[in-house]
Amino acid sequence: MGVTLLGAGVATVVSAREPKCYSRDVNAWICGDYWVDRQDEIIEATATHLQITVAAVLLGLAIAFPLALVARGLPRLESSVLGMSTAIYTVPSLALLPLLVPLTGLTKTTVVIGLGLYCLTILVRAILDGLRSVPDDIREAAVGIGYGSARLLLRVELPLALPVMMAGLRVATVSTVALTTIGTVVSEGGLGYLIADGQSTEFNAELFAGAVLCVALALALDLLLVLAQRLATPWRRAVSA
Amino acid sequence: MIEAIEFLLDGESWTRNNGLLEQLVQQLLLTFTALALAVAVGLPIALWLGHLGRGGLLAINISNIGRAVPTFALLAVLVRLEWPGNDPFGPYGRAGLATLVALLFFALPPIITQAYVGVREVDDGVRESARGMGMSGAQLFWRVELPLALPLVVSGVRLALVQVWATATIASLVGGPGLGNVIQLGFANLDRRSEGIAGAILVALIALVLELAAALVQRAVNPVPRSARTASSDQMSVLPPTVNTAGDPVG
Repeated sequence: MGVTLLGAGVATVVSAREPKCYSRDVNAWICGDYWVDRQDEIIEATATHLQITVAAVLLGLAIAFPLALVARGLPRLESSVLGMSTAIYTVPSLALLPLLVPLTGLTKTTVVIGLGLYCLTILVRAILDGLRSVPDDIREAAVGIGYGSARLLLRVELPLALPVMMAGLRVATVSTVALTTIGTVVSEGGLGYLIADGQSTEFNAELFAGAVLCVALALALDLLLVLAQRLATPWRRAVSA
Repeated sequence: MIEAIEFLLDGESWTRNNGLLEQLVQQLLLTFTALALAVAVGLPIALWLGHLGRGGLLAINISNIGRAVPTFALLAVLVRLEWPGNDPFGPYGRAGLATLVALLFFALPPIITQAYVGVREVDDGVRESARGMGMSGAQLFWRVELPLALPLVVSGVRLALVQVWATATIASLVGGPGLGNVIQLGFANLDRRSEGIAGAILVALIALVLELAAALVQRAVNPVPRSARTASSDQMSVLPPTVNTAGDPVG
């Protein structure tokens, strides 16, 4: 009786001493304990990542819309607007972000501005293509029943252009999630911090968590946009069904 | 800014040990090796699938997956793995093999997607008339589909080239080779900031040069010259497919 009690006591001591799977000796890639113990850090990094991504895409949209409208209204400017927005993607992110630092410092703003600019490459073209996909006779019919240009844009053209624009928005969002990791060069990378820290301190569980969450976040936002598009364009569902 | 330009114009900053020249050569070497590997692996598969008209879902989804995986994350994982690890690899420098593998991964999607779409989008009428003239499958591919798909195939390679160049800069984040080192070092030390700016300018300039050079090549291989296309597109019965080819910013 006494012996078995003693044995149980030894067993608990041993299990308590067993190293966690993220300790130096084990350094497992997939480690549940890490996710539990560092919960706060992981949630904070994910929240920052999401914040930067959403702000950057919204900034990109806010710049891309007027640019696309200008390009459509003034065909002479179209090739230069498209050319400029395409040229941005040739600037590597590791070069662009530090170049913005003298202007905005080591802040989230720097990353948001940089990534917002990258979104233009995709968004300006997508918005232009979307507006072009509106059939001319629909536009004519709207003008014929008395729509002014502002109402034509908001009530007719934008809703019909939505599918094409959303396709571009999805691409822009997914690549922005991935790019946000580079923000770590200016100390604001969201999940990029987990990747950078995990890599430099040889901490596999942390590195893996950062990488996996990044991909998961990209897929989740993509799915969200698909659902939003379905809700926003009920007429397309009716047609396909 | 002026200091950055002075740094770029100073011969010493190019020729010294681990200077600009060494890093530039490393990065160009990495870029073109990865691109050549990607073309050798991806192009035959994509063209073959396009010719058969199969595997479209794969060809399209592969670029969606590539887009969702951050370059930095993939590089960091590769460097930490047993293989490829971060050992020096020939002329490619430290963590050279890991960098090459990551670059290959990011060069494949645009090459495969564009080549597949290029062949697939060849007008069915053109394909039918070629068959009607008695062309075999191989003749159809070499004499009709490939020439018409060429502009898109080349545009895929061009997108890949610029993306790979940009991605190669990231290698320095995991202690790898390339010009990213100048940038990182410069921005890590306040008194060397101008060097960082100089590096960033250099990388962006070369990206632009690569893009323009690739655009010239793309124009040269187009079977229907630009002027003919706009002036008399109605009369031209056989036009190469065109697809919106905006690149993805890749970090």
